[in-house]
Amino acid sequence: MSDRSGLRRTPLYERHLALGARMVGFSGWEMPVQYSGIIDEHRAVREAAGLFDISHMGQVEVHGPDALPFLQHLVTCDVAAIQPGRANYALMCLPNGGIIDDAFIYNLDDYYLVVVNAANTAKDVAWMHECAKDFDVIVVDVSDRTGMLALQGPAAEALLAQVAGADLAALPFHGVARGMVLGIPAIVARTGYTGEDGFELFVAAEDTVRLWDELLDAGRNAGLKPCGLGARDSLRFEACLALYGHEITEETNPYEARLGWVVKLEKGDFIGRDALRRIKQEGVQRRLTGFEMVGRGIARSEYEIRDLEGSPVGRVTSGMPSPTLGKNLGMGYVPVALSTEGSEFDVVVRDRPVRARAVKMPFYRPRYKK
Amino acid sequence: MAFNTPADLQYTRTHEWIRIEGDEATVGITDYAQHALGDVVYVDLPEVGARFEADGVFGAVESVKAASDLYLPVAGEIIAINEALVNSPELINKDPYGEGWIVKIRVAPGVGALMSAEAYAAFVESITHQ
Repeated sequence: MSDRSGLRRTPLYERHLALGARMVGFSGWEMPVQYSGIIDEHRAVREAAGLFDISHMGQVEVHGPDALPFLQHLVTCDVAAIQPGRANYALMCLPNGGIIDDAFIYNLDDYYLVVVNAANTAKDVAWMHECAKDFDVIVVDVSDRTGMLALQGPAAEALLAQVAGADLAALPFHGVARGMVLGIPAIVARTGYTGEDGFELFVAAEDTVRLWDELLDAGRNAGLKPCGLGARDSLRFEACLALYGHEITEETNPYEARLGWVVKLEKGDFIGRDALRRIKQEGVQRRLTGFEMVGRGIARSEYEIRDLEGSPVGRVTSGMPSPTLGKNLGMGYVPVALSTEGSEFDVVVRDRPVRARAVKMPFYRPRYKK
Repeated sequence: MAFNTPADLQYTRTHEWIRIEGDEATVGITDYAQHALGDVVYVDLPEVGARFEADGVFGAVESVKAASDLYLPVAGEIIAINEALVNSPELINKDPYGEGWIVKIRVAPGVGALMSAEAYAAFVESITHQ
C-alpha cells in the first residue's frame, strides 16, 4: 500500500510474487510479509517447517591475522570462546553502552562471518571499518552477493538430512560448516530466530532461486511452507528474541534489555566496557518486561505504559496476539519495581488504559536441539 | 488481484463500506481491506449510543501484525454492533460485506466523502499498482 519505489529486492523477488506473497517495505527492502497467512505460517514452523527468505540481512566477512582481536574489541561477547565451526550471539555497543546492533558471529576457521540486521548493515559496516583502523584485518560487506535462507521447525533436521546429508543435519546447536546442499555450495548453520530447531543457509546470490525452489519441492510432503516476515516476527516475539529498533536500540543498554549474559566484562578491553561495568555496578532503572493483557486490548509497539496511579512509566516495544499461546502478550520497558512477575500496570490502547500483568519470559520455551 | 466491490454500496478512502437505508446505515470494511490486513484476530467495537463525526475513529480491527483504526464514513450514532465479531473476528475475512458487518448507525445530517463502487475500485487499483 505504501510507496515501494526505490526499495531493494532479493534474488527471490519474482518467486515471492509467483507464490502470491503480500509484499511490504522493510528496512529499505521489498519483502514478503506473508503468503498463506501469518497464523498458518507461524503454525507450520512450530509444528513442521518453514522456509524464510532473509537475504536482506547483512553479511560481513572479517579476514586477517587480527580478526580475533578486532572482533573482541568490537563486540561484548567472548569471541575467543567461539571455536572453529561454532557461532554465537553478539552485541556491538557504543562507548556509552547503547546497543549499535545485535549480530551472529560464525567462526569459519579461516575467517569470521558476521550477520547483522538489514536496517543497520550500512551503519554497522561503516562502524566496523572505523574500528578496524588499528587492526590488521579486512572487513568485506558481502551482503549483495549472498543469499540467505532460514529453514526452521521440528521437521527441518530430517529435511536437511535429505537434501544435504546426515553430517550437516547432525550439526550441533550453533554449529556451522561448509557443505553442499542440493549440489549447491553453502554455509550451513544451526541457528535461527524462531525459537525452534532449524538451520540458516548462506549461498551465492545466483544460487538462491534454485535452492529456494528445490527446498520447497523437497519439503512439501513434510509440511514445509514459505514464510514471510510477519511469521518471523510473531515467532521471535513468542521466544522473546530481541528485535533491533524495538527491544534494543542505541538508547538501550544490554543489562536493561536482559542481555547481560552477552556481555563478558572480564574478557579484556572492548568498546563500551567501562560504561557497561558502571551500569552493572549501579544497577538498571528500568527493565525489559514481558506482560499479558488482563483487560481487552492488544498492546502494540510504542504504546504508553502507565503505573496504576496513571503516571507514564514506559513504552511497549512489541506486542501482539500470540498465535501459539492464544493470549495478547507484549514486551516493554518498565521501572524495575514493576518488572517482577505478577506486577500490574496499564497499557494505553487508543486512549484507554488496559490492565496488564508482568509474566515470565520467554513466553514460549525454545525447542532447540542441544 | 481483483477485489469484490459490490455496486450497491458506497466507500471511503480508508476502506470502509456503508449501506445507507433511509436514516440508518450499516458499516464494515472492504474486501480489499480485509485482504490487506490478513487474519483479523480482534475487533475493538464502540458502545451502542456513542456518537461520532464523519471520519471519526469508532473502533479498530487488528491482525497478528497490526491495528487499523476504523473511520465512520458519515456522522452518526451507533445503534447496533456486530456481537458475533467478539468471538469470531474472522467473519470479517470470510464475509466482509455480509456477516462481517461491524456497526449499524443512525445517520446524522451532514455529508461524508463517499465514493461509488466504480471510483473505489479505481482507487484500489491506483494504490496496488504503482
